[in-house]
Amino acid sequence: MNAHVTQIRALARRSMLKTLRQPFQMFPIIFFPLILLAVNASGLRAATRLPGFPTHSYVSFAIAVAFIQGAMFSLINTGTNLAEDIESGFFNRLALTPLRRVSLIAGLLVGVAALGALQSGVYIILGLIAGAHLHAGLGGVFVIIVLGALTTLGFGAMGCVAALRTGSGEAVQGLFPLFFVFIFLSSSNLPRNLLRTGWFHTVATWNPISYLIEAFRSLYIFGWDGAALERGFAVAIGVTLIALLAVVGALRTRLQRT
Amino acid sequence: MNSDPKMADNGIEVEGLIRDFKGGVRAVDGIDLRVAPGEIYGFLGPNGAGKSTTVLVLTTLLPPTAGTARVAGFDVVRHGPEVRRAIGASLQESALDPFLTGREHMRLQSALHGLGKAESETRGDELLARVGLTEAADRKVGGYSGGMKRRLDLGLALVHRPALLFLDEPTTGLDIQSRTALWEEVRRLADDGVTVFLTTQYLEEADVLADRLGIIDRGKIVAEGTPAELKATIGRPSVEAIPQNPGERERLAAVLARFGEEAAASSNGVAARLPEGVGDLAEIVRALDGEGIAIADLRVHAPTLDDVFLAKTGRSLEGASEVPEDSDEQPGAESPAP
Repeated sequence: MNAHVTQIRALARRSMLKTLRQPFQMFPIIFFPLILLAVNASGLRAATRLPGFPTHSYVSFAIAVAFIQGAMFSLINTGTNLAEDIESGFFNRLALTPLRRVSLIAGLLVGVAALGALQSGVYIILGLIAGAHLHAGLGGVFVIIVLGALTTLGFGAMGCVAALRTGSGEAVQGLFPLFFVFIFLSSSNLPRNLLRTGWFHTVATWNPISYLIEAFRSLYIFGWDGAALERGFAVAIGVTLIALLAVVGALRTRLQRT
Repeated sequence: MNSDPKMADNGIEVEGLIRDFKGGVRAVDGIDLRVAPGEIYGFLGPNGAGKSTTVLVLTTLLPPTAGTARVAGFDVVRHGPEVRRAIGASLQESALDPFLTGREHMRLQSALHGLGKAESETRGDELLARVGLTEAADRKVGGYSGGMKRRLDLGLALVHRPALLFLDEPTTGLDIQSRTALWEEVRRLADDGVTVFLTTQYLEEADVLADRLGIIDRGKIVAEGTPAELKATIGRPSVEAIPQNPGERERLAAVLARFGEEAAASSNGVAARLPEGVGDLAEIVRALDGEGIAIADLRVHAPTLDDVFLAKTGRSLEGASEVPEDSDEQPGAESPAP
């Protein structure tokens, strides 16, 4: 096997193990989105009676938000883990091997994407148990896992940028509220066409998170909505590409290795 | 730089090395040094002297501001990957992942150095045994003691059989037993032909372990030679007296000052360097007796490396730190980002 593939695989494995072995990192990823789902589903169930609300099941409507919340937790976990590596000198240990600069981050992010796929699978199962109906069926499961992994990869890369720029786990964690507010300023609780407050509708329309949520949501509620999936994947790919470019720049500054 | 072909295998040649940081801080200020293949070279100095920055430059983690350095025959700026393949390094603090086991660390390190699966397992087992961690191999590193972490760190640095090993303060914070065990391991490596570049702030470590020493202060090498050679440059012993009554310390100092300049002493004692050697000892005892100063303890010290440091810098190495113990030498020394 190609040496670089072996190196990336080894780093990806280590990245996954580091997260999976920290219960305080796994707990929010799995349970926080589901607790919020339960709260929203019980408190906002009446919204399904609004004229134009696309489904009678608020759980099917709201489960999409869990995928984004999970990805945001990955941003914090990935950034915190990388910052810890920088602070502890583990990053230097990796830099002292013949590993290529890009492989160093690629290994980490492959692990993040794999975890993103895993956590998406968990949300799908727990959502179905909670009563969500996945209209797109088995094909939808596959698309959700791919989109979940891609979204988590993009957000994880943002966490890497924060870690490489600051080198501080605390600084990365301080970013959490900043990113989380994007979820609330999106179509997370109501479809955009039902948001009556003018400024909120405008912000939600400009907020890329809305399109990610709507792509996940479309698979649950409508089945195969090409336009929603197109927009969702475009946002996920765009965010990932921008974040990866930023990672490359930040890595060049952090790692002055000759 | 004219490279010495003998140094090409696993030696180090440094000429005029300078490393500046933002804000005009010069951490390394024109260092010249040569480390012969198979030698244990000790780099002794207080915190903030420039030791770790030098190691970061020599291990390719920081580019130098000026000067040249060749490690194992390769220029550290132009041939970074070749240098990294030739060296092993255990940098300050044990840079380990607390959530991985010792064996998982070995596997990761082996994979990153391109070892195949079978070789990785064999080499991992061999090194875990060598550093005495076979029984703890499948335990998470978070539960290891400081000594165990340091030993694992050393084992990891050896995975790819480097010809040259950099150890940056390998025994800082370790108890005597762990420290001695690590010294033995370093000696064994040197016996196997590995060149060792060791930084330390411990005089005893430098004295016991190093074949040759460079003493660094404020970014400059102030003395270089074997420990014996360096101590011979001082040449004079010192006498230390501890008064029975601590209140008589000043009177005691005044008496000893008649026999020589003040030397480093323990907290409750007073010491003087004896320019005429131990021949003055009887005279000192008589003088103390004449002054009626009761002495609890009287010792003669052979010259130490601290005396060398004191002679070269005007300060004692113990307590000469310029920055707090828990911070690194210079801005960016721990973390290469500016």
